[in-house]
Formats: sequence, structure tokens, C-alpha cells
Amino acid sequence: MSDSQSHLRLRDLSVYYGDLQVLKKITLDIPDRKITAIIGPSGCGKTTLLKTMNRLLDHLDEVRIEGEVLVDGEDIYGPKIEVTHIRKKMGLLSQKPQVLPMSIYDNVAYGPRIHGVRNRKRLDFIVRNNLAMAGLWEEVKDRLHQPASRLSVGQQQRLCLARGLAVEPEIILGDEPTSALDPQSSQHVERRLVELKKDYTVIVVTHILRQARRIADYIVFLYLGELVEHGPAQEILSNPRDPRTRAYMTGEIS
Amino acid sequence: MNRRHLVESAWKALMIASTALVVGCLLLIVGTVIWKGLPALNLAMITQIPKGGYYLGKEGGILNAIVGSLYLALGATALAFVLSLPVVIFLNVYCAKRSRLAALTRFSFDVLWGIPSIVYGAFGFVIMVYLRMRASLLAGIITVALVELPIMSRAIDEVFRMVPRELKEASYSLGATRLETSLKVLLRQCLPGILTGVLVALGRGIGDAASVLFTAGFTDRIPTSLGQPAATLPLAIFFQLGTPFREVQQRAYASAAILTILILAISLLVRLLGRRYAKHIIR
Repeated sequence: MSDSQSHLRLRDLSVYYGDLQVLKKITLDIPDRKITAIIGPSGCGKTTLLKTMNRLLDHLDEVRIEGEVLVDGEDIYGPKIEVTHIRKKMGLLSQKPQVLPMSIYDNVAYGPRIHGVRNRKRLDFIVRNNLAMAGLWEEVKDRLHQPASRLSVGQQQRLCLARGLAVEPEIILGDEPTSALDPQSSQHVERRLVELKKDYTVIVVTHILRQARRIADYIVFLYLGELVEHGPAQEILSNPRDPRTRAYMTGEIS
Repeated sequence: MNRRHLVESAWKALMIASTALVVGCLLLIVGTVIWKGLPALNLAMITQIPKGGYYLGKEGGILNAIVGSLYLALGATALAFVLSLPVVIFLNVYCAKRSRLAALTRFSFDVLWGIPSIVYGAFGFVIMVYLRMRASLLAGIITVALVELPIMSRAIDEVFRMVPRELKEASYSLGATRLETSLKVLLRQCLPGILTGVLVALGRGIGDAASVLFTAGFTDRIPTSLGQPAATLPLAIFFQLGTPFREVQQRAYASAAILTILILAISLLVRLLGRRYAKHIIR
């Protein structure tokens, strides 16, 4: 494993739902410590691609996965891999924020507790630190023991971010993380993601082209399960080579 | 008024009528029990065991049946819960969504639900004869637990099935195992439904006469161990109603009132306890 290789690499990745092939032989290196946006029309396999990265598709019936997803050079679909270990390396932000049925504090402490942190002071520190990183600390510091479900949707999404960060992942996966949020909350989350790329590799699925333009350093364009084009954001956005990418950008296909 | 409005009001009237009918029946039953039972209800009934000739109208009470029913129903419900929960977690967290095994298990629970409890009683009795056991509290608890099992499992199962997939994924994506997800997230989320399932099963168990007829037996004494027979309220009601004496029949109504109040008290207590934890639930 050399330094020039990226953290997360896909090799000939294909995914089938039953007989339907939803991802077709995708080979891709995700750049470290940058924001990669996966874009493409709905139903093109964006979310599927994201979920293969932390093996969340394992829980669905009739899913078949071929090829490799290499994290630090290790195939996460390999036989000896422990799936919880893989998932711990990746924080996930889902489309609709899904807080756990417990207090704000316990939501953030959930991951660390599972992974063996018992010390109360240490947990306090982790909770505070990660809530601050997600930009939520100031808003909730006086009501940490209230139910997380009472937060607004925008706050809940930032709580989910804090919760994901608390297990010290290397990669942050976002599945249209702002689609359920109001414009202001969206902006808030976007700003966090941009700040976080200093330390984390961020991958975001989005159907909002303007969002990709705002935050992405690297763009991956999928169409009907096929990796059509990928490259630095500026290049792809200003000068797409493939006619399908161009059509998508101009709104002809969506 | 046009046709659509007519249909709307006709159906609405029908719904109100059937609601009124159902609530009316319930009130009638409870009313009768209270009305007829209250005059016979006295302190002796709930503090004394039957004395000689109680069923002929002499003195005494039904403390034996009250305590017996509580022991039996609480024991059976606890046993059924301990058996139900692993089944439900297995079906919902470990089985695939379209698993044949899960479908078969659910189907057999549905069938078991419909089997009359006298059949469970007979089944328990056959096992007892085979094991050379006497009618006892333990045999009653096991038999009633079997009666409660399908009811409780299916009730709790339905709540677990309602949990959004995303909630499980949120827990998994933090590196939690299936077991951790079940115990730390799903149990909390499903708590009100679990309590309902437990209460429904408890209500069925405490009110059931047929399953305990052969298995728990009947006695005038309060059981002091699992090996002794135990009296139960439904059977006490049955025996008292079966006498030709008016005052004893009245005591049957009083016993029914006690049973009703008992169930009400347990339900309220459990709900109250449950509310403390329900505030975290994601809706």
C-alpha cells in the first residue's frame, strides 16, 4: 500500500438486483480528503454505489455484488472481513436524517459505547467535540438529555453527522444529505462538509447540480448504472466530454 | 343533496352505529358485572380464603383465586415474553425479508392463535400425565404461556415490522452488530408496541379458564410452591355461577368485578411505566 494510492478504490464493481444489473463494471479511485460528488439522473445507481461502500446492501435480498471495493487496499467484500469494522470506517448521512430513539447525548455516544468507550469523562468529551464539529453544540448544549426526535430536521441531520464522526471514520458518505432540509439547514450541512474535507474523504450523492458545483472537488457522473465520466469538478462541469454528461447538465435528461 | 354526499353520510351513520354498538356492549358487560357484583363485594372476599361451605353460601372469600390468578398470569406472561422476544428479533433482524422460515413461523403463530384454549389445556394435561405430574401452578403457568405465546409474538412482531429500514441502517452504519441494534435501538423504538403485546397476552392469560381447568387444578388454599395446585379467578367465577344459590351467584359477579379491576390496574401501571421511556420514540 503506497501513499499514492487512494483510500477507497473500486475495481470492476457490478451490482445486480435479481436479474437487473444496476451498476456496470465500475472502476474508480476516490480522491482522499476531497469532496467527491456522485451525480446523475434518478435511478442511475448513485445510492446503490454509495451503499456498496459500507456494505449496507448486505441486508437486502437478492442482491449480488461482483468486483472489489478496496479500503486501504483491503477488499471489503473479502471473506475474512468483519463488516462492523468496515462500517465503522465510514460515517453515513442518509436522505432523511434518522436519529436513534434516545437522547441527543446518547445518539452521539452510541457508536463510541458500542466500540468500547465506557469512561464517562471521555464520552462527555467525545459528545461535545463532535457536536461542535457538526456545528450543533451551541444549539443543544443545554438540553443534551432531551429526546433527539424533538430537534428540527436540519438539526437532526447535523446530529447524524456528529454521531457518524464520533466513531472516528475515515470516510463520510452522504446520500443526498440535504434533500429533506430547508435551504438554510442545507447550507449549514454543506458548509460542514467543506470544513470536514481537511480531515476526511467525503463522498456525496446529489441530484442537485448546483450543489455539486458549490462543494465538489471531484465529480463522478453515472448514467443507467454506467460510469460515464469522472474527473476534477471544474473540468467536468465546465467542459464535459461525453454527450450524455452534457445532456444531463443542460437538463435534457434528468 | 347529491349522491356522493348521501353515500358519505350513509356510511358515516353506519360507522357511528357500529361503534356505538361495540362500546355499548362493552359498557353493558362491565355495567352488569359491577351492578350485580358490587352488593356482594366486601372486604372478606378479597382478604379471606373460602371457609367450609363457601360454595353453599357460607363465609369466606376468594383470596386463593386472586393470588392464584396473579401468580399464574404473571408467571405465564413472563415465560411467554422470554420466549417471544428472541423469536421476534430472529424473524425481523436475522431472517431475510422474504424468508420462507419467517413466513412459516408467522403462519403457524396465526393458526395457533385460533386454537381454542381447551385444546392447550388438554395438551398440557397429556404432557402432565406422561411426566406423572399433578395439577400444579407450574403446569398451569406453562400451559397458559403456550396460550399467550402466539398472541404476544405476533403482536410484538407487527410492531417490529413497522420499524423503518433506515433506522436499522443508521445503527449498522455506526458499526453496530445486529444484536446491538436489536437490543439498544429496536427495543426502545418498539417499547409501546411491546407493552401492548404483553398486556393483550396477559389479559388473555388471566381471563382464560379452559387451559387451567386440568393443568392448574383448583384448591381452596393459596399455593406456596410451584408444585402445588392453584385456584384461578375464571374458574372461581365458573364454580360460583354453577351453584343454585343466589348469594353465591352474586359472588361470581363480584369475582368478575375483581378480575376486571385487576386487569385494569395492571394495564394502567404498565402504561404508566412505559410512558417514561416512550418519549424518545421516532415517529
